[in-house]
Amino acid sequence: MSALLEVEKLNVTFPGRGGETRAVRDVSFTLGRERLGIVGESGSGKSTTGRAILGLLSGSARVSAQKLSLAGQDLRDLPEPEWRKLRGKRITMVMQDPKYSLNPVKNVGWQVEEPLRLHLRTSRADARKRALAMLEAVQIRDPELVYQLYPHQLSGGMGQRVMIAMMLIAEPDLLIADEPTSALDVTVQNEVLRILDKLVQDRGMGLIFISHNLTIVSSFCDRVLVMYGGKVVEECGASELSKATHPYTRALIASVPLLTEPRAQLATVTRDPAWLT
Amino acid sequence: MSATAQSESLRQWLESDAPQSRRQAVYGNVWRGFLAFVKNPAALAGLIIIGFLIFVAAAAPLLSFGHSPYEQDLTHRLAAPNVTHWFGTDELGRDIFSRVVYGARVTLTIVFLVSVVVAPIGLAVGTLAGFLGGAVDVVLMRITDIFLAFPRLVLALAFAAALGPGIENAVIAISLTAWPPYARIARAETATIAKSDFISAVTLQGASTARILLKHIVPLCLSSVIVRLTLDMAGIILTAAGLGFLGLGAQPPTAEWGAMVSAGREVILDQWWVATVPGIAIFIVSLGFNLLGDGLRDVFDPKSSS
Repeated sequence: MSALLEVEKLNVTFPGRGGETRAVRDVSFTLGRERLGIVGESGSGKSTTGRAILGLLSGSARVSAQKLSLAGQDLRDLPEPEWRKLRGKRITMVMQDPKYSLNPVKNVGWQVEEPLRLHLRTSRADARKRALAMLEAVQIRDPELVYQLYPHQLSGGMGQRVMIAMMLIAEPDLLIADEPTSALDVTVQNEVLRILDKLVQDRGMGLIFISHNLTIVSSFCDRVLVMYGGKVVEECGASELSKATHPYTRALIASVPLLTEPRAQLATVTRDPAWLT
Repeated sequence: MSATAQSESLRQWLESDAPQSRRQAVYGNVWRGFLAFVKNPAALAGLIIIGFLIFVAAAAPLLSFGHSPYEQDLTHRLAAPNVTHWFGTDELGRDIFSRVVYGARVTLTIVFLVSVVVAPIGLAVGTLAGFLGGAVDVVLMRITDIFLAFPRLVLALAFAAALGPGIENAVIAISLTAWPPYARIARAETATIAKSDFISAVTLQGASTARILLKHIVPLCLSSVIVRLTLDMAGIILTAAGLGFLGLGAQPPTAEWGAMVSAGREVILDQWWVATVPGIAIFIVSLGFNLLGDGLRDVFDPKSSS
């Protein structure tokens, strides 16, 4: 399997008043056309890793890596115009909350067509046709109607499906999904995940799925990276997650509540500073 | 009978809770916005005044009833208001009524041109400063501060004096002094919008900075800029009248309200109507724009609606 994305010793630091904060430390992984899950608690550097791959971190962040390449193209120190050609066309990202990630004053159709206008210069009628087909692909029942709606008229699940349609319409090679279902109702989560999964598999894309939900990640991804304090503490196949060896992963698995085994008190994670060295 | 029934059913169609088509829903929304606007008597008064101003400006040749605003009649100079000259005549025997009517055209022209010039300048400076931040922000906002530090009329006076008197130059002078508040509004709005997720979403689709500014940020800043513009129009009219009064705005024989007040100043104790009538016109129109602006703000601003 040829590697789609190669990351080697990725470091991200934010300068702050009390010295530097190392948000991501020496993260390395390779990704083929597969589904990679990144799990970890809040502040473990999952989202920062995703944004670093997209070159989207704010100006104050310092990113360094020994290797960061997309299908052989080096992404380090890429000038902004080159980035613009990549983003949307080769890599995209589905963000957490559709309420904030869609422009409130533009209608759905216009926003879904935006990547086509930016990268492919499709004609207006053609773009409309493809947008409607894409909306249909994310299982929106009445694409013609939804096409002209504004984001505030959509429900959360519908908004996220529109977001997915918007990000996949230019058929990128790599999709980073940054907690795409955390803002959604539990009943809608599965539906959105199924749609995402189907599209990713049909198109043979690479997927980085960032989440703090172990259950979703283990059932939905091929491989899992467990991050703690900016470091990858464990990497394993999703099906082998139950056999994980690192104490942090074990503690995470132990703290998942189970319906079959009611417990008076849920397990908490006891941290060991040695994990960070 | 049938006419009232028809208007009744139209009203029902507009106010229906269960619109049958999207078109009906859209019209219904517009109708409800109109109702909310009309419910505010001050705003309605403003709307009527501005509507009347536009009507007067458009129909000026008809409304002046055969009097030309430029035709001099030295035998009837400074005549008191009478049947032929409703508002009297000025020091050259020109009909003040027709001059006030034609003055509406000048005033509207100035207001329109200033708005067209000022809003884009303010938006460009403000959104650039707010979006790019850093050094660009500091430089642009300090320039804005410098323009804000000058008293408006004095700066406009200086520009008008430097560029030479005349309506075009008055428009340029007023625009140069009127844009800073718009830049500030646009910058404040942009700074909050720029941090939002949907801007990152467009960025990661590969949109350029110019595209993000024009297609995604400017449309969001527009409503507050429009409200500010209507509220500012009174100020623009007053500045234009002030320039005219000081002889740096519209040049004679153009019928311009400020210049007319200025001409009437010399005879104000004996022939009050020469200065008073255009003064009242300035007052009413400024008031109208202020009331309209307040009303628009109430309709547009989601925070103030109860």
